[in-house]
Amino acid sequence: MNNAKARKFDTAPAVRARGISKSFGEVVALDGVDLDIPEGQIHGLVGPNGAGKTTLLGLLLGLAVPDGGSLEILGSRVSRSLALPDGVAGFVDGPGLYPSLTARGNLAALARLRGMTGEDIGAALDQVGLTNVADDRVRGFSLGMRQRLGLAASLLTKPKLLVLDEPANGLDPAGARHVHGVLTGLAANGTAVLLSSHRIDDLAALCSEVTILANGRVIFSGPIEKLAAETDELDYRLRTSDSDAARRIAETATDLRVLPDDDLLQRADSLHFRAAVPALDELVARLVGAGVAVRELAPVVAPLEAAFLALTEAQNAAGYEDAE
Amino acid sequence: MTAITVARPRASALPAPVLNGYRFELVKLLAQWRIRLMLAACWLGPAVLVAVISNQNSLPADTVFGRWMSQTGWAGTLVVLSFACSWVLPLVTSLVTGDVFAAEDRLGTWRHLLVAVRSVRRIFAAKALASLTVVLLLVAGLAASGIVGGLAAVGNRPLVGLGGQLLTPSHAAIEVLLAWASALAPTLAFAAVGLLGSVALGRSPMGLLMPVLLAFVLQIAQLLPLPVLVRVALPSYAFIAWRGLFTDPAQPGPIVLGVVVSLAWTAAASALAYLMFMRRDFTDPAYDGAGRRVVARGVVPLAALLAVTIGVVAAATPASGSGIDRAKLQTSLATVFAHLYRMQSRELHRPDVTEQQLQTSASCDKGGSLVEDVGAGNDWRCVVTWHIPGVGAIGSAVYQLDVTPDGRYVADGDGPQDVNGFFQVRTSTGDAPNPLWQFDGSVNLLSQITSKG
Repeated sequence: MNNAKARKFDTAPAVRARGISKSFGEVVALDGVDLDIPEGQIHGLVGPNGAGKTTLLGLLLGLAVPDGGSLEILGSRVSRSLALPDGVAGFVDGPGLYPSLTARGNLAALARLRGMTGEDIGAALDQVGLTNVADDRVRGFSLGMRQRLGLAASLLTKPKLLVLDEPANGLDPAGARHVHGVLTGLAANGTAVLLSSHRIDDLAALCSEVTILANGRVIFSGPIEKLAAETDELDYRLRTSDSDAARRIAETATDLRVLPDDDLLQRADSLHFRAAVPALDELVARLVGAGVAVRELAPVVAPLEAAFLALTEAQNAAGYEDAE
Repeated sequence: MTAITVARPRASALPAPVLNGYRFELVKLLAQWRIRLMLAACWLGPAVLVAVISNQNSLPADTVFGRWMSQTGWAGTLVVLSFACSWVLPLVTSLVTGDVFAAEDRLGTWRHLLVAVRSVRRIFAAKALASLTVVLLLVAGLAASGIVGGLAAVGNRPLVGLGGQLLTPSHAAIEVLLAWASALAPTLAFAAVGLLGSVALGRSPMGLLMPVLLAFVLQIAQLLPLPVLVRVALPSYAFIAWRGLFTDPAQPGPIVLGVVVSLAWTAAASALAYLMFMRRDFTDPAYDGAGRRVVARGVVPLAALLAVTIGVVAAATPASGSGIDRAKLQTSLATVFAHLYRMQSRELHRPDVTEQQLQTSASCDKGGSLVEDVGAGNDWRCVVTWHIPGVGAIGSAVYQLDVTPDGRYVADGDGPQDVNGFFQVRTSTGDAPNPLWQFDGSVNLLSQITSKG
């Protein structure tokens, strides 16, 4: 658990949503969504395409008001669009930059627009690692650089709630680490961060809690450890000193299913199976007892991602059944 | 664990002031290479063109005041104005206001902008004001550049008006500035149509093209033999009506009417754009312009405005038909001839005479006895007569007139040769342009003159 996850603040939640619903014509984008984000927390938001993530982020940025339910942001009830308290920043659907302006020009124009002096522009650029390209036009920036500049624009307002949509898009590993550092630093100072991402590894590395949306509904919300525990069975890859013996033992084990070797990328000496943790323990014990050395035992899909896939697939299946 | 108390922010942050938004929009507009290029072209292009053309032997005589470009520096800017009114001003508004909202759609920056400004109304105001500023800068450049180029290349000399009268340089300067000012009104109307297109059609290039398309349609309409009531109710009429500043007598009626109509279009198109913008749902991921609703929300109200304007003009003015008839042409032609005859007399060092002494009159006929003497056409034939001072005789000269539907005409001298049959006159100092050979005139489409003949 990182520092941000451990921090506690003695104020009301940065976001408190109850029963939020939002429709566009016949399309229900959000349906009874609850969300709590305390100050100082980095909260992940994840879901398949069309789950309602962008709509929820838009509501939190004040771009619209919910059709139903209640929404409180930084302790203020949101009753009309664009009427948010000071201290909310972020972006949805890209960082929103002007390509004909330089990086510094974008931030300076934005600072003047909000009536700020612009003295923090250099610091914001430095924070996201763009000082050396501050006077280059954004037209030539890569996606990752634009994302970082968008983050810098959000930092200018010293936000108490930062809402970010896919901030790690297009970032190289070093850039992603840099952004992670900025976000954890903000959270450590009390800023609540809502992070929407398709990259489960990003969420696992940064977030203490995560909310999963599917078809406009919350199908999971809580600590990330709890999400991993939601999935009792995972797919594992096993490499041993004697693959034939290992296969024989695995095939006779209870509560464990050996998966067919239909993946061209699988190595010949590895075995794939699906099992819960108790069956896994029993298998390892039996292998060791039979004198088979275990060289590698790892989940094929990360637990968090497996849980996400399991939950969203189950939700989709339920949705199809409802439709039928 | 550390407990940190965070101060509670205001319940609702204030929207960004309009002035800040205006500066923000201006910075974005002026950072675009397209706008910078247009500014450079408008501030430098006319000066170069006017200076070059003024010193050529062949002048653009088909454009109003073109034939006087080598005689006075004030003619060049009026040629620029004529050309600008046809295409440049609508194009300028297209490229500025036609893109000012659509650019945010193209760049995907609406949500970012809304979060920063927190007021849809203020965003509209800031964008409209900023684009208006850029349009005014471009128009000012066109005007100033043409004036500077003309005065530098030819000099600050008197200007021959469309009534044939000689305007002193200071008088010409005032009229030129008034002409450019009156052209601002239809420019604003096109700018407002650009705003409407930009708001309504989103990233579609049709939004960007709306002012140019409208200008194209109106140009064609002005070439057609439309009833005068329809012609003056069009938002582009003020682009033509400024010529009335240079006639004798001046024609303030059409200018005022043209400006009022243009301002009504400006207000209507801006209001429609504003309403459409305020109703937009910025969270709807499927939004891509108002699409077919543009017809109902944009085009139909403007068509209704045109119908209302026609009705008001019909009730307020005595004009009917094409607005061009024999009596008006005769009066105008006689006036212009009298003024230019005096100019010719001065060139030839003849004793000066007054217009009253000349008692000029004209008799015009269109297409022979079988054709009614009304409307535009190049088949007008007129005979001008005047009293030759000191002799007691009556002189006469023949003119072929090419009259366009907007009331402008070109009179082409048909003899006698020593009066109007040759393009030059022989003076004591050499050959000089013959002012009576070919000249421009303009009739007041809205006036009513009782025919005597």
